[in-house]
Amino acid sequence: MEFETVIGLEVHLQLNTCTKIFCSCRNLFGDQPNTNVCPVCLGLPGSLPVLNRKVLDFGIRVGLALDCEISPLVKFDRKNYFYPDLPKGYQISQFDFPIARKGHISIKSSAGDKRIGITRAHLEEDAGKLIHNDQNRSTLVDYNRTGTPLVEIVSDPDLRTAQEAYDYLTALKLVLSYLSVSECDMEKGSLRCDANVSIRPKGDSKLGTKTELKNMNSFSAVRRAIDYEAKRQEGILLSGGEIVQQTLLWDDARAVTLPMRSKENSHDYRYFPDPDLVPFVLDPAWVIAAREALPELPTQKLSRLVEHYKLNIYDATIIIQDRELADFFEACYLIYPDAKKIANWLNGPLLKELNERKCSLHDLDLLPAVLAALIEKVETAQISNLAGKEALSLYLNKNGSLEEIIRNKGFLQVSDDQQLLTVIDEVLRDNPAAVAEIKSGKTNVTGFLVGQAMKKMQGKANPKKLNELITGRLQNE
Amino acid sequence: MIDNQTVQYIAGLSRLRVQDQDSSRFARDLEVILHYVRQLEELDVKDVPATSHVLNIQNVFRKDEIAPSLTQEQALSFAIEKNSGHYIVPKVIE
Repeated sequence: MEFETVIGLEVHLQLNTCTKIFCSCRNLFGDQPNTNVCPVCLGLPGSLPVLNRKVLDFGIRVGLALDCEISPLVKFDRKNYFYPDLPKGYQISQFDFPIARKGHISIKSSAGDKRIGITRAHLEEDAGKLIHNDQNRSTLVDYNRTGTPLVEIVSDPDLRTAQEAYDYLTALKLVLSYLSVSECDMEKGSLRCDANVSIRPKGDSKLGTKTELKNMNSFSAVRRAIDYEAKRQEGILLSGGEIVQQTLLWDDARAVTLPMRSKENSHDYRYFPDPDLVPFVLDPAWVIAAREALPELPTQKLSRLVEHYKLNIYDATIIIQDRELADFFEACYLIYPDAKKIANWLNGPLLKELNERKCSLHDLDLLPAVLAALIEKVETAQISNLAGKEALSLYLNKNGSLEEIIRNKGFLQVSDDQQLLTVIDEVLRDNPAAVAEIKSGKTNVTGFLVGQAMKKMQGKANPKKLNELITGRLQNE
Repeated sequence: MIDNQTVQYIAGLSRLRVQDQDSSRFARDLEVILHYVRQLEELDVKDVPATSHVLNIQNVFRKDEIAPSLTQEQALSFAIEKNSGHYIVPKVIE
């Protein structure tokens, strides 16, 4: 029997507001434990939550970017569960009136573009961080993260393969990264993903029993976990067993999913409206203004780069992966209007530098004017392409200005005819055999002579110019 | 119908210990309460929106501005057990 996998993803995104969702504590990860806490986020009796307006704005922005309908009524509910990461005994979340619903996002699949539905996106608070200590059987609790604003984005069960899930996450992250609402960094936990996975005989419309996968800390781990889980479920069904609905933790080192030791009833959340928070009514004008303030999104940027700058899809696709890089591209173009050349430099040497340094463009301290000047120097053959790449690397390592580096490293190419001809004449005299070969028609030997001349010039000659001059010299003889 | 099992289930969710001999009394009480509330079912509430809040106010916001938090010492002052800036609780793995 052939099976089909059905996957829905839940993505939690931490919002990068200055303060927490319901109190004025700093929203910052990595501080000393329990220093960004107050009576509200510690859930002390008598404290009252008040919504951070920016969180609502960010929620609307995320909803609009995913083509969702924005709910005119926003309210918050209590999701009750008993666990020490939540000091109140409940998480403030949204149950029946999420801020956004019925959106979609497109992914590229083997069969062309595929539209993945977004069921809903809702606002909620993050929980605290627990560190389990095996030795003395205790758990350490840090409540700094408690109350960090989150948007949870729930997809429709539209994904059919682990690869599609991966592509969805990649596309979603790209859109989210354009909105400036989150760091979107899965390694640092600002973007987290759980997967609901079930299988069914191909052609069936009824959904099978699903399991929920947690604890994946990269997109590729999500892909591996889903692949494993689908095969595990298939094995069970083929041997006549039944799938048990449960939460499973992905163990990446062992590459298996394992049942989470779960207390009975832990999923009876008993949602009810939070009486501490009044409802929010979104004026249509508010949503319209938010829509108008949306930045250009990746797909729009892609089309514009292709149409306006005549970039090919391949180059444009790389450039739009990073909004900063795309802005940088356009800034360079204003100074040096050769889109293809700029794209080559960005997608080649510059991305290489970024990858090697594991940093982003704004960490580099590189102005568009500097790169544009460098490209121009290479294109006008003042320096070689190779020297250009080296100059960029040295510049980013703070070895002085571009001019200084080129001067100090002797990168300037000699293009002066007189100077080059003196050397060429020496080379022609020293290599009569090669000269004879060229004259008999073996023009590819010219390369050898160029090499000889370059050697005499210690690599500083303009190779194109050398070639021209040698060819000219031999033709005139 | 509320039975003893339901009482124990609710008690478990609430982290309450209810003795077996009390279960039937609570079951009876809860049943009476539910019966009372069920009177609402006789009304036609088709066009009445669910009440999510009893106060007639909306859109109460806070600006995204940082205010001082508690110090770590203050935050931990009411902890039964603490260590290196953390609250300590019995080991729990969900």
